[in-house]
Amino acid sequence: MVKIEAFIQPSKLEAAREVLQSIGIDGLTVSEVRGHGRQKGHREVYRGREYDVDFIHKLKLETVVPTARKDEIVAALVKAVRTGAIGDGKIFVSTVVDAVRIRDDARGESAL
Amino acid sequence: MSNRALVGFLLFASSALAQAPQGDRAELRALQAAVTASQSAGDNAWMLVSSALVLMMTGPGLALFYCGLVRKRNVLGTMMQSFSMMAVITLIWGVCGYSLVFAKGNPFIGGLDHLFLRGVGADPNPLYAPTIPHQTFMIYQLMFAIITPALITGAFAERVHFKAMVMFLVLWTFFVYFPIAHMVWGTGGFLNDYLGGRYRVFDFAGGTVVHITSGFSALVTALYIGKRAGYPHEKFVPHNLVLAFVGACLLWVGWFGFNAGSALAASALATSAFVATHFAAAAGAVGWMAAERVRKGQASALGAISGAVAGLATVTQGAGFVQPFAAVVIGLLAGAMCYFMVTTVKERFRYDDSLDVFGVHGVGGFVGCLLTGVFATRAVNSAIKVGGWIDGNPAQVLHQLLGAGIGIGLAVAGTLAALKITGLVTPLRMNEGEEATGMDLSLHGEEGYNFEG
Repeated sequence: MVKIEAFIQPSKLEAAREVLQSIGIDGLTVSEVRGHGRQKGHREVYRGREYDVDFIHKLKLETVVPTARKDEIVAALVKAVRTGAIGDGKIFVSTVVDAVRIRDDARGESAL
Repeated sequence: MSNRALVGFLLFASSALAQAPQGDRAELRALQAAVTASQSAGDNAWMLVSSALVLMMTGPGLALFYCGLVRKRNVLGTMMQSFSMMAVITLIWGVCGYSLVFAKGNPFIGGLDHLFLRGVGADPNPLYAPTIPHQTFMIYQLMFAIITPALITGAFAERVHFKAMVMFLVLWTFFVYFPIAHMVWGTGGFLNDYLGGRYRVFDFAGGTVVHITSGFSALVTALYIGKRAGYPHEKFVPHNLVLAFVGACLLWVGWFGFNAGSALAASALATSAFVATHFAAAAGAVGWMAAERVRKGQASALGAISGAVAGLATVTQGAGFVQPFAAVVIGLLAGAMCYFMVTTVKERFRYDDSLDVFGVHGVGGFVGCLLTGVFATRAVNSAIKVGGWIDGNPAQVLHQLLGAGIGIGLAVAGTLAALKITGLVTPLRMNEGEEATGMDLSLHGEEGYNFEG
């Protein structure tokens, strides 16, 4: 099992959800996060006072999938959310040791 | 029935009355009473609506406008500052405030004849508003006494104790508002030649009484209380401009009650003040946006609403004396001038007038006071004996300057005294920890936004 964490542009949530659903990935968690990578913040002006906003709003998607499907899913996700501009975000993949379905104690990949 | 038709009818009725036989005479008398009653009904309806509109300016108007401009940990504390004035000043007004402004007294303060609203009932007070119940006039004027101290709270946003804020503003109302309102509007007031005072200062709806006093008092409090922790290096970004936007639009609408209601009747003068008010607000928004576009390349939403409020504050003094396009000039100047004050001047001197009460109301009020001396005309308001510069009376500008000067002097002295006394009784400022936690939790034990659950 691997966990795919994708930091994406907020406007791309629907595209990501659609592509994941179309290839049969049902479990998905979304969080609103702020951060920055190479894309620097922007400047806001309120009654003449200027503020640099360093941390930019992004969405973090998390889903745990069978290891065998890792590359296929990542490729589909990248295709769905890419615009080609700085700030498109990043995807991280990590190993997951175990999973438990709370309702019926199912374990491992069968719990996904 | 228009005013002219009404007067014509009454003249006809009273001359007819003199010649009529006994039975007809009684009938005509009844008719006369009916006509008076129907005019009173019309005027009273408008004045009750106006009273409600002016209260709406404080809550929710000003409360929303201000609370949207602070950080979210202070949203409730900021709304409470305006709201508490609605409660506290109302009680004081009933006990003695109304009397100290509008009862016969000396040129500087009213007397005690109307203590506990004695003699303030259904019968009109012919000195001020002959066609509406005295009680309507009283409740209408109360709404002005509420919003004036509430305006000041923007200058010391996010850092003052609730108890100290209430005490300071109650003292301020006694030291500054009651005397200046009496001087400008009260019978025998020093600046009210219309009702037997010494000097002629035109202040239709409170440019001096409300905006100059609150604006300059705001500057004094900002300097006296000091900056917010971290100002100006940390971020003080408005937490919800949508709330501020709604608040500003409610202010605009409420201002029709404030300015057009100041005609104290549902008359053509009320219409004229309504039109001048609206034109100045529109021009203020355009003036500020244009200044921003030139300086920064973008017109902002906060700029647009700030400009409208600046236009409204600036036209308040002259609303019932100026033509529509004089109001446009007043509004355009207000927008550009106040933009310059809150950006360049405030940036230069680094005082923390947090929500720009001085930059908008103080400066707008002052500019509006002088421009009223320029643009006031008998063509709009035939009740004044002479107009302003535009009517060939440039000396009126000096009268206006005197009024503004007295308003500023009283505001500065009264504010300092009220701050000093309050500071002796209770600490003005929240401590650093309380300020970091925010007013909502530190002062009220609540939070504005609880999204869990």
